[in-house]
Amino acid sequence: MLTIPRAWREKPQRYLFKGGKCKDCGFVTYPARKVCPKCHSENIETVDLPREGKIITYTIVYSAPEGFGDFSPYPLAIVELTNGARLMLQIVDTDLDKVQIGEKVNVVFRRLLVEGNAGIIIYGPKATVVEDK
Amino acid sequence: MVGIAGYGCYVPKRRIKVEEIAAQWGEDGEVMKKNLLVREKTVPAKDEDSVTIAYEAARNALKRAEIDPKEIGAVYIGSESKPYAVKPSATIVADALDITPEAHVADYEFACKAGSETVFVVYGLVKAGEIKYGLGIGSDTSQGAPKDPLEYTAAAGGAAFIMGNDNVLAEVIATYSYTTDTPDFWRRDGQPYPTHTGPFTGKPAYFHHVINSAKKVMEIAGVTPKDITYCVFHQPNGAFPLRASKMLGFTKEQFEPGWVAPYIGNTYSGCSLLGLASVLDVAKAGDTILVTSFGSGAGSDSFIFKVTDRLEKVRNNAPLLKDYAERKKYINYATYAFLRGKIKMREG
Ligand SMILES: [Zn+2]
Repeated sequence: MLTIPRAWREKPQRYLFKGGKCKDCGFVTYPARKVCPKCHSENIETVDLPREGKIITYTIVYSAPEGFGDFSPYPLAIVELTNGARLMLQIVDTDLDKVQIGEKVNVVFRRLLVEGNAGIIIYGPKATVVEDK
Repeated sequence: MVGIAGYGCYVPKRRIKVEEIAAQWGEDGEVMKKNLLVREKTVPAKDEDSVTIAYEAARNALKRAEIDPKEIGAVYIGSESKPYAVKPSATIVADALDITPEAHVADYEFACKAGSETVFVVYGLVKAGEIKYGLGIGSDTSQGAPKDPLEYTAAAGGAAFIMGNDNVLAEVIATYSYTTDTPDFWRRDGQPYPTHTGPFTGKPAYFHHVINSAKKVMEIAGVTPKDITYCVFHQPNGAFPLRASKMLGFTKEQFEPGWVAPYIGNTYSGCSLLGLASVLDVAKAGDTILVTSFGSGAGSDSFIFKVTDRLEKVRNNAPLLKDYAERKKYINYATYAFLRGKIKMREG
């Protein structure tokens, strides 16, 4: 469970969908990291991430961890954004058979975690598969 | 001239049909549909609430306004389904849209009128020169007790309006507000579902306030119904606004583009604003729009807008209401009961 101070500190990534871009090799991470995992540079700038991407791979969670029981079975996907950054997102509003590798997704703002009936509600990014018109 | 600089809407994907609810309670679905003039309503997902709906609508409004979020000096959300009893919703949305910290932020409440109130107030602040832009949002995941007539219509959705002084897509021509203390509908603190007074919600409440408010704002603007291109009224169901439009002398052509309750339901604070968004989705430069909200308790805010040529340039910057309305998944009553928290689950 996220602590309240940590949830509050993580607002740039959860609310504003900010990532980190290595100024030396261009590698983008979500969330931003202090050290580039690719070239170990510490020369990182904060960037706005695009809210469009595609599914690289996914799994369907049937045995949900605490706090996610309402959603199971639900898809968790590695999404590659249009700028190349990869991150894990829960896929919502999509039938399970529509969750496929290569499908386009949009990032949406949802409740991530609700601390019981009296605790705080944590909001942040999830993704939804773009439907054919 | 002060007016709407950007607008946006959002409704959830899930729908339940009126006949599905009627079948649950042994009622005649066809009769219900005919009386209410509502076919189906939106249902929020487990991870959607009035905050996430407000956020999505406001992001769409920002896309059309084409402004830096930091230029917004006030953010207000009107809702009767706040996730927190104490703690503002608008701080979450203002932060998540990168508007904070230099903004005046608050939540509004006035039953179904809370959304139009926020637009009314940010319009005043912009006009007074206190702020450059202001964001007003109406958003709800409405409550209706099981088996109550409200259950057929209480829906989820929202719309957001950025008011500004230049580059507007619709100018404000006139505003007016009409209010009395009328107990037609309420929800006491701590109660999960609202209470209403049946037939009393009609004539002395809805029609009295809507008709008086709409007539007066037209008088202030010096116009008559034939000068208005589109009219939008609060839509607790499909039937009330249709009757109000006829009482005021509006035609089907003026009324139908803003008539959203038949396929979305009553989104409470989002309702009249979604009707306005739906009209802006089709309006042309020079069109005149009348909007009259209604909030139980009771009061009506009215606006008359005149569309500028900027509307058609920015309309496709964000999804139309039609795009959200056509994106739908039907659910049965059991799923609906689960999603609305009407089934007692084990914790965790
Ligand atoms: Zn690097």
